[in-house]
Amino acid sequence: MARATGVAGQIATAPCANAPRSSRATRLGALRGWVVPAVLLALLETVVRLGWIPGYLMPAPSELARSMWELAEGPLWEHILASTLRVLSGFAIGASLALLLGSAVGISQRLEAFLDPTFQALRAVPGLAWVPLLLIWLGIDETSKVTLIAIGSFFPVYMNLVAGIRNVDRKLVELGELYRLSRRQQIRRIFVPAAQPYLFTGLRNGLSMAWLCVVAAELLAATEGIGYLLTDGRETSRPDLVLVAIITLAVMGKLSDSLLKRLEQRTLRWRDNFTGGES
Amino acid sequence: MSGLLELRDIRKSYAGVRVLDDVSLALAPGEIISLLGPSGCGKSTLLRIAAGLDQDFTGGLSHNPLLDFGGGSGIGVVFQEPRLLPWLNVAQNVGFADGRGVDGAWVEQLLTDVGLAGQGEKLPKQLSGGMAQRVAIARGLYQRPQVLLLDEPFSAVDAFTRMKLQDLVVRLADAYGIALLLVTHDLDEAFYLSDRVLILGGSPSRIQRELAVPLAHPRDRRSAELAYLRGEALTELTL
Repeated sequence: MARATGVAGQIATAPCANAPRSSRATRLGALRGWVVPAVLLALLETVVRLGWIPGYLMPAPSELARSMWELAEGPLWEHILASTLRVLSGFAIGASLALLLGSAVGISQRLEAFLDPTFQALRAVPGLAWVPLLLIWLGIDETSKVTLIAIGSFFPVYMNLVAGIRNVDRKLVELGELYRLSRRQQIRRIFVPAAQPYLFTGLRNGLSMAWLCVVAAELLAATEGIGYLLTDGRETSRPDLVLVAIITLAVMGKLSDSLLKRLEQRTLRWRDNFTGGES
Repeated sequence: MSGLLELRDIRKSYAGVRVLDDVSLALAPGEIISLLGPSGCGKSTLLRIAAGLDQDFTGGLSHNPLLDFGGGSGIGVVFQEPRLLPWLNVAQNVGFADGRGVDGAWVEQLLTDVGLAGQGEKLPKQLSGGMAQRVAIARGLYQRPQVLLLDEPFSAVDAFTRMKLQDLVVRLADAYGIALLLVTHDLDEAFYLSDRVLILGGSPSRIQRELAVPLAHPRDRRSAELAYLRGEALTELTL
């Protein structure tokens, strides 16, 4: 731990030294995101070891690592797999529907007049409010969970895509008219590519909504999944299980978002935009 | 009809205010016409009508049936700003009309024509203003049009680039047998390039005067005839 913070100290001072941007500097720069978690973990370990917080409420990070190791040899992967499959299928359904309806509403004011008020009203309903209804209609098996996730991830994608299409430069749309593109070609060749920056924001928000919904669904009724792990930990009074589940959620959420972010960066290579200052 | 493109008695109003009144012109094959006038006189509007981008007018617009041969409308357009699609590279922008079924050899030929050989892989954000406008010109030529409409195409580039692009367009129009209809507020440009200069002015705008430029290309920018004609136009515009 001490060594990790030592490295972190070097990293924090590196940009101030005004050194030329070597590959080593950029590699260390990529580690900057680890500084805060490392410091927090070290602090927590110390505090628990000193006995300032009782261990049965807050296990030390080293204890957590052991619990995680035990789980990793056992059922942890099955839980992760179950939740990931639910997230992926729900997100795929929700995002595809949003892509379809969002582009239709985006280019047509008439469709917007018909559909958008309904969507806005449905969007105002918290995702969890659907749960009882979904349980009554679809039972407690997979269908209701995937549906909840699809509903949750639909709206961010839909909202951002519509906003993105409405932000497309009118001059580019005119280019489509000049080349006599059909409505479908206009969507495919002009509106969707031009709205891509918004679309990716929507997809990333939609994906984090999907993880939120999967936990909600699994907390209520599931026999496997990360949400089930949370319930299990509470019922057996094992904070380490709960914390392992939380850490797993953080890792999975970050991992899936990073994948999407990388795809975004590759797809949006053409953008000529401000990427944030160095300070 | 003898012309490639004919506009007859065009009238156009914006919000009840008439901006164009009984404007007529005909573009013959291979001819270069400039529409010259102060900003706001409706010359760009007239070009948009000719391009088919503005349908809300009264009067007649006729295309020669010859124009309908080939892939596109037979009319290419180059706008004031390059209007490249930022997510497509240079070659994809030039061949935009055909999407994936693009004629790569023709794109490369056009890029060579406009002085951008081998730069097809670049993205628009990597281009200077002059280069981007060259790409836009190549795109305008991609569908082998017989008429090229240009809306103040050189107004956003520096003076030297502008002269180069003017020569480029005249040379390509001659090489491919294309008639040009050019909208400009630049007197030098109008007379240097055109066979006929139509001066648009008044409120609502009409064609105030038509000046023929009976000089062969390539022309000398410093020639006395051009200076005389510019003077005539200036008198008309400041009256």
